[in-house]
Formats: sequence, C-alpha cells, structure tokens
Amino acid sequence: MDKLNIDQHISQQYNAVLDDLKTEFLEMGGVVEQQIIDAVQAITKLDDELAQKVLTVEKEVDEREMALDDLCVQIIARRQPTASDLRLVMSISKATRDLERMGDEAKKIAKMAILINETGDLPAGFSELRNLGRRVQQLVNDTLTAFARYDVNTALQVAREDKAIDKEYDTAMRELITYMMEDPRNISRSMNITWALRALERIGDHASNIAEHIIYLVKGLDVRHSSASEMQEKVQQDS
Amino acid sequence: MNDDVLDVADVRAMNEVVQQPVVAKNKITDISEITETVGIPFADNAKMSMRNVDVFYGEKQAIFDVNLDIGVNEVIAMIGPSGCGKSTFLRCLNRMNDTIDICKVTGELNLEGQNIYDPKLDVVPLRARVGMVFQKPNPFPKSIYDNVAYGPRIHGLATRRADMDEIVETSLRRAGLWEEVKDRLHQPGTGLSGGQQQRLCIARTIAVSPEVILMDEPCSALDPIATARIEELIDELSENFTIAIVTHSMQQAARVSHRTAYFHLGKLVEVNETEKVFTNPDHDLTESYITGRFG
Repeated sequence: MDKLNIDQHISQQYNAVLDDLKTEFLEMGGVVEQQIIDAVQAITKLDDELAQKVLTVEKEVDEREMALDDLCVQIIARRQPTASDLRLVMSISKATRDLERMGDEAKKIAKMAILINETGDLPAGFSELRNLGRRVQQLVNDTLTAFARYDVNTALQVAREDKAIDKEYDTAMRELITYMMEDPRNISRSMNITWALRALERIGDHASNIAEHIIYLVKGLDVRHSSASEMQEKVQQDS
Repeated sequence: MNDDVLDVADVRAMNEVVQQPVVAKNKITDISEITETVGIPFADNAKMSMRNVDVFYGEKQAIFDVNLDIGVNEVIAMIGPSGCGKSTFLRCLNRMNDTIDICKVTGELNLEGQNIYDPKLDVVPLRARVGMVFQKPNPFPKSIYDNVAYGPRIHGLATRRADMDEIVETSLRRAGLWEEVKDRLHQPGTGLSGGQQQRLCIARTIAVSPEVILMDEPCSALDPIATARIEELIDELSENFTIAIVTHSMQQAARVSHRTAYFHLGKLVEVNETEKVFTNPDHDLTESYITGRFG
C-alpha cells in the first residue's frame, strides 16, 4: 500500500518551468564552452575571424545571463521554491554569473589573439597556451556534464583538476618570466600570452565555483572556501 | 564544431535521462518503512515531552509511536498532508481528544514532568496551562470584554473589578487588538472582522496566563494581512509562551517556527530546525511534501 510517486511536482507547470531553467542554463553553458574553444583556437592558430566571432557571441551570453536571472526571480516570486527546488534556483542563479565571467575571459583571449595578429610577432608560450587551453576546455565540458547529471563525483574531480590547472599555470608563467628576463625585447610580446594564460586560469576557477554550486545543489552542503580534499571529506561525511 | 561540446540536443537528451532532480536521502516507497523520526525531535529544555504516543479512533490507529519534545518558549510547527495526524496529535497536548468518546491515547505525555493523562488530573486547570486557538475564530456571543474576562473569571484569577480590567487590557494589548477595540469593549465580539476575532480568541487564550499555546491552523480563515498580524503576534508571544502550531501553509511554518515537525500518515517522519527543513531536509518524504510533489 501507499506507494508514492514523488518524482514530479503536483503542478506540471512547475515541473516544466524548472526543466526550462535547467535546460536554458545548460544551453548557455554550451554557448560559453564553444566560445572558449573558439578563443583558444583563435589565439593558437592566430585566426582573426574566429576571434571576431568570440567577441560577437559575448552579446548573446550577456542576454542569456539576464534571461536566466529573470527566470530565477520569477520562480522565486511565483513558486516560493523550497529544499532541492530552492537549491536548484540558487545554484543556477550563481552558476550563471560564473558562466558569464567565463565568457568575459574568453573575450579577453580573443582580444589578445587579435592584438598578437596585428603586431605579427610570434611570441613564445604557444605550446603552454595550447596545453592549458586543452585542459581548461575539458574542465568546462566536465563541469557542464556534472551539472546536467547532478554528478557530485565529477564535480569533485573538476575541483581537483582546477588545482592542477593552477599549478600548470604557475609553471607556464615561470617559463615565460625566464624567457622575458633573457631578453627584455620579448617582454611586450610575451605579456599578451601571459594575459591569455591568466584568462584560462580564471576560467578554471569559475568552473571550480560551478562545481561547488553543484555540490550545494545535490547535497545541500556549502563547500566554498575549502580545498579539494576538504570538499571530498565533507561530501563523504554527508553520505 | 568540436564533438565534445554540449549542444542543445545533448542538453535536452540529458535532461530527459535525469528527470528526478536531486538524489534524496532516505528514499522510501512504502510507509511501513518509516520506523523512527529523523532529525532532532528532542530538546534539552523540554516544556512538554511526549514518548511513544499512539492514538486510536476506535479500531483505527491515527498516530504511531510519536516521540517529541517541545522546548520552553519554542515555536514548533507541525506540517503534513491532510489526514497525517498533526491536528490529532496537537489535540492530545491538552486532552482535547477526551471529548471524542472513541478516541484512545496511549504513551507518555508530560507537561514539565507531570503526566497530563494521569486519571486523577483535572483537565480544567490543564487546559488553562495549555491553551488552544482554533481554526475558525470562535468568540463567545458576549461582549469583547467578557470574551477575554471569561477565563480569568471561572479560574478565579481576579476578584476586584480593577484587576479584571487590567487582565483584559493586558491580554488585548498582547494580542495586538487593544488599540482597535478599546472604545468598544462592551460591543459583541462577533461584530469584529475575522482577523480581529481571531486575535480576540488569542487574547482570551492568553488571559488565563497559559504556559503553552496550541494553535490549530489559526490563519486558514484569514486574509493575508490578518495572517501577517497573527504571525507577528506569534513571534512576540514566543518570548513568554511555548507555542505549537499546526498549519497547512508551509510558508507560514517557514516564517514563524523555530523547529518544524513533518507528519505523514500518522507517523512523525522528521523534526529539524526550520531553516534546515526548508533548505535541505533529511527525509525524502519531507522533501517531496514541501516541494509540492504530493500532499
């Protein structure tokens, strides 16, 4: 007796609105992810056209951010979400901001691509940029997959990978600094690459923030301001 | 386009796979699996303490083995779907169920260590100590003054007219009604608006200086403004009284209570800090109820 069907809200409309919210968030994620891929491609292949495309897409990302914010406000005002629904709305509201910032960083990389292309010099640091770019792309992809599947383990993996990316960024920076010290004429050219590396590293940080929101969404745990291993510990304690 | 990128079709496909939003804990599908209350049903400073409470209406069991403490000056909200037993349980707390012949209550129910179901106990003083406010405002067909003075009079709390005047004024002030009725104390209480009548009933309840106030859906017949006034009042009253409130409105429970108790089919499923219940409840059933997945 008393079998419960509790997967769905009584209000179909409410189900639909929450599904929409999630879908729109992931769609925005897809747009930003493509933007990052294009930006890395543009700077490593010095593709001016692709860089321009990244700059135009920025507008769409901003619009999507505002639309998602609006949807979150509407759900709060009209539905007064609680428990996991509330956590879904709150985490999407915050993660949207991170996605938008990722888009901003992609834009910076695209601008550097255009700048490097204009000067025509090929500075050092391209291989580092390519490597870091590849890792960051994968990280963003994993982050969105973790969100789509409410997958805490992948989220934890994202947090760990972000720390690894930070280390790789430090190493790349040291190499570039050495290169600049060898010949001060390299400085202005190399600076553009360091800015791009910095932007990639920041994208990783935002991905890690989103991973924290995922853990909050699924587990109700606030794991911000903890190291990757502390996060893991908190999650394990909870389950 | 890179194959690894999530595109819109992927996203929709994934969403279909993952319909159930968050994997909740304590996932159960059968009510018989609920064996004990999760969360924090007990309090260090218990005003009332209930253990192994079962309630039967004739053959039918309405409450199953409920264990709960209500702390001093605490506001505890009881929520749950219709027929879950929350009102039945509330009515046990001042033996209001005695009025129903076929109702049998077993277990231990203590008010400050005293068994309230002791056969030798007189229920009249008990109900003065544990007052009750009902769903529909039910003022006596008497004047506003007499509505409030009725309790103190039968309990012999005031002998002189001036003392009684003071009790009436203080009670009406505490109930937030004094300013509205001070010039018409001798007009009938039934002439007031619904919200005013309910505050009059609260004034009548607190006139006998109870220790615990039970409220059974006190706002369900009121408009939002009157509801807000009662909720504000509950907040103020909690400085001096212990309050247990049964409510159909989850938002009301979220607004006014310190702890929330979730009942389901006669069982007490979860008791937790209200903030916890509404952001991250421990039990899957609580989650499903408060998010509107059944009710």
